[in-house]
Amino acid sequence: MIKPENAVYSRTKVLTDNIMHYCPGCSHGTVHKLIAEVIDEMGIQDKTIGVSPVGCGVFAYNYLDIDWLEAAHGRAPALATAAKRLNPDRYVFTYQGDGDLASIGTAEIMHACNRGENIVVIFINNAIYGMTGGQMAPTTLVGQVTATTPYGRNVELNGYPLKITELIAQLPGTCYVTRQTVYNPLTVRKAKRAIRKAFENSMLKKGTSFVEVVGTCSSGWKLTPVEANQWMVDNMFPEYPLGDMKDI
Amino acid sequence: MEKTEYKLLKGNEVIAIAAIRCGCDGYFGYPITPQSEVMETLMELKPWETTGMVVLQAESEVASINMLYGGAATGKKVFTSSSSPGISLMAEGLTYLAGAELPCLVVNVVRGGPGLGTIQPAQSDYFQATKGGGHGDYRLIVLAPASVQEMNDFVDLGFELAFKYRNPVMILSDGMIGQMMEKVRLSPEKPRLTNAEIEERYGSWTVVGKPSTRERHIATSLELDSAKQEKFNQKLVAKYAEVTKNETRYEKIMCEDAEYLIVAYGSSARISQKTVELAREKGIKLGLLRPITLYPYPTEAIREILPQLKSVLAVEMSTGQMVEDVRLAVNGKIPVEHYGRAGGMIPSPEEVLDAVENLIWRK
Ligand SMILES: Cc1ncc(C[n+]2csc(CCOP(=O)(O)OP(=O)(O)O)c2C)c(N)n1
Ligand code: SF4
Ligand SMILES: [Mg+2]
Repeated sequence: MIKPENAVYSRTKVLTDNIMHYCPGCSHGTVHKLIAEVIDEMGIQDKTIGVSPVGCGVFAYNYLDIDWLEAAHGRAPALATAAKRLNPDRYVFTYQGDGDLASIGTAEIMHACNRGENIVVIFINNAIYGMTGGQMAPTTLVGQVTATTPYGRNVELNGYPLKITELIAQLPGTCYVTRQTVYNPLTVRKAKRAIRKAFENSMLKKGTSFVEVVGTCSSGWKLTPVEANQWMVDNMFPEYPLGDMKDI
Repeated sequence: MEKTEYKLLKGNEVIAIAAIRCGCDGYFGYPITPQSEVMETLMELKPWETTGMVVLQAESEVASINMLYGGAATGKKVFTSSSSPGISLMAEGLTYLAGAELPCLVVNVVRGGPGLGTIQPAQSDYFQATKGGGHGDYRLIVLAPASVQEMNDFVDLGFELAFKYRNPVMILSDGMIGQMMEKVRLSPEKPRLTNAEIEERYGSWTVVGKPSTRERHIATSLELDSAKQEKFNQKLVAKYAEVTKNETRYEKIMCEDAEYLIVAYGSSARISQKTVELAREKGIKLGLLRPITLYPYPTEAIREILPQLKSVLAVEMSTGQMVEDVRLAVNGKIPVEHYGRAGGMIPSPEEVLDAVENLIWRK
């Protein structure tokens, strides 16, 4: 019988009713939902400040019903630094893509993590610039075809995929560094636990919590959602192995 | 009654002291000559132990200005200081702050350029300061101190204007005023606003966590709908018109009977004031108009005294920037000449007088 008391799942109130602009199969929407659920379950909607990036996640502020700062490309960790230092009783997180965090914003993320800012970083690694039409990202795999590597990423020309999360795990300022994904129910549940831990950490004055989510960009990769998931399993996970790198 | 405190201080030092005294919440900066004393003074005074003000050395000017964005959006009084090359790096952040209508204070202790240039004083960042500096249709409110006292006074004034109009404010100083020492009357101490006070004053826009009683607040400069973006651009135009109407500030020295006029700001105005005295000794009826706000520019003030004038000399430590605004004000009615030194060279009152006499003689 469909009755309210039989409900086993309901939509979190921290998600707005706006229809998401993300492509079918995109990981952004799933991660948004997880963050919204964590905020809801922790009861911190009125104490949370999100910092959205430049990239497909730019409109995160249309989907999570919390207060938001929209940053310039790559600068989210600088905004979050000041927002948190000036409002230490608030939960402050950044939400950033691989172009935003690992290319144009490399300095800001490294130094925020190195200072041990008590913030949460959610890093969506889809190995491509989704928003601008599928150009190479620092995390693009060797040989991967993108709009600016039409013959595949060539290391002589473009260097190597940047494993920025591994670098960040080396910084004493970080307390929790993990790589997750959201391609099936099990990994979604794990990713949610990681996000929750990161949010909880941010009030413990332990330093920065950094959650990478290896995700799909079906449009940028020019694959169907199902193919994109498989491509991620076959190609992304060997380069970007899942799991905790640091948990203090 | 609190008694007035006087101190002998450098321009850069007084910026730091004035900020603490006026209840500033945070400073974020990166070292660069000739203004590093601002952060050094703050670090020495440790305001986090007294007023609770946050002071942080950022990894770059790009980060500093974006830290201001993060702090300003929560309703806090935040500021940074830098010198020319650093301000260029802040151009991106400034346009985002203006686009998101956030208040903050930026101090530029200008040095000569272009490029790495020189660490000596100059006024060659006038265009950058008054015409925007970053991309898009926006303006900064620009204050030009001509003394260490004004360095002190413009900190509080700068914050007041920044919050009144929700717009970044720049103090456009230079290496001379930053480094010179003068007697300063310190401002009375004001406590920092409590979070409750911030909520009461700025609660309609601050990004501090969304209670269930209101819609979420978003500090953003993004609008993909062109019609809405144009509306926003027009809103800014109206705001700047309001700023121009209410906040244009200038000083007139010996202008009542003047036949010749120097227009100069900051250090150049200090020097030109002496030139006016020298000219008067020689019987030359010279006056000085000193813009205190460079944006909004005192265009009307120049127009008002035009009928009595024969010609105008713009004196700047640059190869000719503010002179363009003087020409716009004068609009071809009488000759406008420029006298400038550049590259860190500071003009003497006597050489400015020579320039004035050349102007008269050429007529
Ligand atoms: C200063 C600046 N440079 C370039 C851009 C154009 N731009 C917008 S999004 C983007 C890349 C975003 O890629 P990523 O961070 O990986 O996010 P995704 O869309 O893949 O989630 C770029 C280059 C910009 N907005 N600002
Ligand atoms: S372009 Fe890629 S990252 Fe952007 S919404 Fe589409 S699938 Fe997602
Ligand atoms: Mg990407």
